[in-house]
Amino acid sequence: MKEKFKLTLCDGPSCIHNQSKEIRAALEAELSQHGLADQVSIHLSGCLGMCKQGPILIVNPGFTMYGKVEVADIPNIVKSHLVEGSPVAEKVIREDHLYNRFFRIFGDVDFFGKQMRITLRNCGIIDPENIDDYLSVRGYEALAKVLTDMKPEDVVAEVKKAGLRGRGGAGFPTGLKWEFTANQESDEKYVICNADEGDPGAFMDRSAIEGDPHTVLEGIIIGGYAIGASKGIVYIRAEYPLAIERLEKAIAAAKEHGFLGDNILGSDFSFDIEIRLGAGAFVCGEETALIHSIEGSRGMPRPRPPYPSVSGLFGKPTLINNVESWANIPVIVLDGGDWFSTIGTETSKGTKVFALAGMVHNTGLVEVPMGTTLREIVYDIGGGIPNDKAFKAIQTGGPSGGCLPAEYLDTEIDYESLAKAGSIMGSGGMIVIDEDACMVGLAKFFIEFTQDESCGKCTPCREGTKRMLEILTRITEGKGKEGDIEKLERLGHMIKNASLCGLGQSAPNPVLSTIKNFREEYEEHIRDKKCSAGQCSALLSYVVNDNCVGCGACKRICPVNAVEGTRKEKHVIDQDKCIRCGQCYDVCKFDAITKA
Amino acid sequence: MTQIAQDKLQELYDFIEDVKQKDYTESYLIAVLHKVQELFGYLPQDVMDDVAERMGIPTAHIWGVATFYHYFNLKPVGKHMVSVCMGTACYVKGADKVLETLKKELGVAVGETTEDKLFTLQEARCLGACGLAPVIMIDDKMYGELDGKGTIDVINQYRKAAK
Repeated sequence: MKEKFKLTLCDGPSCIHNQSKEIRAALEAELSQHGLADQVSIHLSGCLGMCKQGPILIVNPGFTMYGKVEVADIPNIVKSHLVEGSPVAEKVIREDHLYNRFFRIFGDVDFFGKQMRITLRNCGIIDPENIDDYLSVRGYEALAKVLTDMKPEDVVAEVKKAGLRGRGGAGFPTGLKWEFTANQESDEKYVICNADEGDPGAFMDRSAIEGDPHTVLEGIIIGGYAIGASKGIVYIRAEYPLAIERLEKAIAAAKEHGFLGDNILGSDFSFDIEIRLGAGAFVCGEETALIHSIEGSRGMPRPRPPYPSVSGLFGKPTLINNVESWANIPVIVLDGGDWFSTIGTETSKGTKVFALAGMVHNTGLVEVPMGTTLREIVYDIGGGIPNDKAFKAIQTGGPSGGCLPAEYLDTEIDYESLAKAGSIMGSGGMIVIDEDACMVGLAKFFIEFTQDESCGKCTPCREGTKRMLEILTRITEGKGKEGDIEKLERLGHMIKNASLCGLGQSAPNPVLSTIKNFREEYEEHIRDKKCSAGQCSALLSYVVNDNCVGCGACKRICPVNAVEGTRKEKHVIDQDKCIRCGQCYDVCKFDAITKA
Repeated sequence: MTQIAQDKLQELYDFIEDVKQKDYTESYLIAVLHKVQELFGYLPQDVMDDVAERMGIPTAHIWGVATFYHYFNLKPVGKHMVSVCMGTACYVKGADKVLETLKKELGVAVGETTEDKLFTLQEARCLGACGLAPVIMIDDKMYGELDGKGTIDVINQYRKAAK
């Protein structure tokens, strides 16, 4: 006969002490009495480590975990669970944190082993377009709990207790933000979800929405209840069509099920969520710029105060949080702020999602507890650097962040430690850079980005980044002058201190941090007109060496006919004609071209 | 005016009427511009004037908004939009080479449309597919881990399909 249930009984010392052997005997007796002996198998497991709850009995399928099982409970468990199909609720261990579900499935995979998934707990597990899937993993239970058992101020207190800080970059305590907004008197308040994920190299918000849109919605609705708002807005990039589509579907399904709309779940709380699309402006990630964009104007920031919690969208008190922050809220409500605050470091609680990319084996999203070291992320989770190349630096925090060299690999990540090292947490971009990268070129790349995205409102950012870019371009072209480094430093500090919003205040970070940690590369570019990484094309020359067999491949591919030589003889590159495109270097099969 | 163009305009007018029923109508300007671009592929000057009149917003403000955001095209674009990701991860993995290849292969600079009106080349901020770097996106489709030859192969697929 086909097996119907698989029972696992903890066989650790503590459970044995608590009569697990007797329980097994009682189980066997009870099963044969119901004629189930051949449909149910009993297995023993090693210590589960939950000795306080022992003896433990797990029933599969369903992974129902019974705790403090006594011989006297067995008849009831067998009858009601195994015969009638309804688990004995009062004996089930309820310490089941939401994030645990992920590990039951993926915990044994290396890549996930060191991760802890709270924000992304359902991503990859549930069907994001099916609300029933979300409900089956205790979806919207937090909302129900809040509406039935908690006053708005209790919710704010819980978030404060959790110690959650804004995941969008600045790390402002979320609970405080909620409290400020909740305390404002107004006829209308707004809740905004910032999904304008603009940092190149960061895609956690996109994945969170695409993989589990309901978690984000549930967080927003709870936020609305806590501060007394009736309207929520998700401001999302137009460049994320799939995320937008899934959000739309999720909102429709939530409305249908009574989680959105009038009198949610029969309470007197009504709330609606609307989607607004961005249109490709990096600065709109800044909260005041984002508000201007929702209002239908150019997305330019304005000085604060007043903060949006006092005067935000349409002049009303507004609570803005990032997607990842919102996704934490249902977990904080259900598992408790006390539990949440046990994860992480002294100042930064919970987990952070990083978008690991660049020169590393396992690229992708990783969610780790705060306090994990960079080394663990790059080597244990990321699997190290491909092609036996050496680690050179890790760039964190996107274009507003900095580059940290190898000596910072053992830094335990939190908001403070990264800032102290000269970078930032930012939205969580993490780019691994190997020995082949030119740090001056990389700094130039980031300044090009921020320069282009500068909205132009304040002079330090608009003009300052332009001048920095000019100096950097000059250096990479071999026209750098003595004193350029000092000039970059002075300019950088000035822009940081005088800019209006976060974009300008952080724009010089990539330059300042690379000067601090890789000053010799700048000096080499300026004094020796050399780029050892071989990236700055103006400083390179390609020379044919003695490996040349005269196959002619380089001669054929050269777009400017700079290669000369007869067949089967060593070729020569005319340095005056050469445009240093590197195609000859790439095409040569004999390592016969030296890049210097 | 062709029937198609008229239908498109009517769809736009209906959209604007909808928006006018909502609070803070002017805040939907960006949504309206998205609609225009969805219908026409870019933001034509005369349609903008229409929007200004119907929404009661000065044309100057509308152009201010339209020019502020990268997403809006002010010139007609080709049939396929080729976006080269210039995000950090792609940059580190050689996006500049992919871009150079495309410029050469298509014979246009960034922001320009090919003579046959088949492709418009543009640079994109991070496309959020860093694991596949370097990537390009043609319309809504992503192509990853590209090198020079791979890029040309992709372009040729579209050329073939157009014939």
